[in-house]
Amino acid sequence: MSGKASRQSSPPKPQSVPQASSQSWLVGAVRRLGNAGVFLLTALGGMKFSLFHAGETMRQVYYIGVRSLVIIMMSGFFVGLVMTLQTYDTLSRFGAGDSVSTVLGLALFKELGPVLTAILFAGRAGTAVAAEIGLMRATEQIDALDLMGIDPIERIVQPRLLAGFIAVPILTLVFNFMALLGGVFFAIGMMGIDPLTFWGNMQNSIGLWEDFGTGMLKAMAFGFIASWLAVYFGWTAKPTSEGVAKATTHTVIATAISVLLLDFVLSALML
Amino acid sequence: MKSSNQVEIAAGIFLLLGIAALIFLAVEATDSGGVKTGETYEVRAYFTNVGGLKPKAPVAMAGVTIGRVASIDLDNDSLEARVVLKIDSRFDDLPSDTSASVLTSGILGDQYVGLEPGGAPDALADGDRILLTNSAVVLEQLIGRYLFNSDEESE
Repeated sequence: MSGKASRQSSPPKPQSVPQASSQSWLVGAVRRLGNAGVFLLTALGGMKFSLFHAGETMRQVYYIGVRSLVIIMMSGFFVGLVMTLQTYDTLSRFGAGDSVSTVLGLALFKELGPVLTAILFAGRAGTAVAAEIGLMRATEQIDALDLMGIDPIERIVQPRLLAGFIAVPILTLVFNFMALLGGVFFAIGMMGIDPLTFWGNMQNSIGLWEDFGTGMLKAMAFGFIASWLAVYFGWTAKPTSEGVAKATTHTVIATAISVLLLDFVLSALML
Repeated sequence: MKSSNQVEIAAGIFLLLGIAALIFLAVEATDSGGVKTGETYEVRAYFTNVGGLKPKAPVAMAGVTIGRVASIDLDNDSLEARVVLKIDSRFDDLPSDTSASVLTSGILGDQYVGLEPGGAPDALADGDRILLTNSAVVLEQLIGRYLFNSDEESE
């Protein structure tokens, strides 16, 4: 709808990134936040739905979602394994080893799954997106698109933003599944907990909406934040090799901090 | 570089994987219980004190869980706690004079409703009321009574 308009109102260029030297650190941080917000509104405002965009988004889902599967699955399995090991050991001291599935399920679905997935996603896919866009800027591909009359935000930023938003909740589900598998492997396979007790305790204590559902809401929020920050830092990277390196570093730092902060806020709101 | 067809197929499989994981986790690991909850029937029981009993607490007879606590609220007329028990329809032959007690599993365990069978020939049916109930043992009251009694004895 506002594709033409947003093309004219030039999207934030690297030149517009606030320079911290002349201002206090706080003012610089606030300006940076506003800059990222304007960037996000520009990208979302010009969102169009067509077959081409759907195809490009699916391709990005492949590059940032499917390619992250291996690390998510391996991390999930080992997190589930060690969580169950530690929880079982602690609970056994109180004679409550059977409750291990309750603790595992609640911790996993409400906190560990969404948070760890978002941080792993930032490390695996967020950096890739930021570096890719930053390099496009450095090699003047974005300027070339602009010259050809193709809106680079629409062509480059929107599919990646949307793909991250789609991929993170799915990756969280995969992470939860694998962690549960790790828990089952340790608790039932190695410690010999009765499978019916394990699943029964889990089903009795974990609410579909209040525990599992809120965890998935968190995953969606984190997916949004993680992909937003990745495309933002890539888009505003200085067109030098140092600038691209900084953009990837900032993506991971900013995503980790905002995910952990947002996690506390969302948990407090939904408890 | 893979052809864009393969890429899209892989992305499609990824989405399906997500849906499969969602369904598995929602059904197997939460209380949605699409599989487990069979037919149930409800009976009511009135307690003067339910202690720390919570909804979803187990209902057990002879130590075997046969149902769940569906809801707990205060009855406005009698000012007693009205507890609705959902009992598995497989156990539809409980005597009508079955008694219910709020019990605690272990010292620090959760509270549950324990049922003791009576001897009446007719069975509890959906919507019936359990007449014989024992309220939860509240530790403070117990200690208070014990202290009071020992005072009397020493005098």
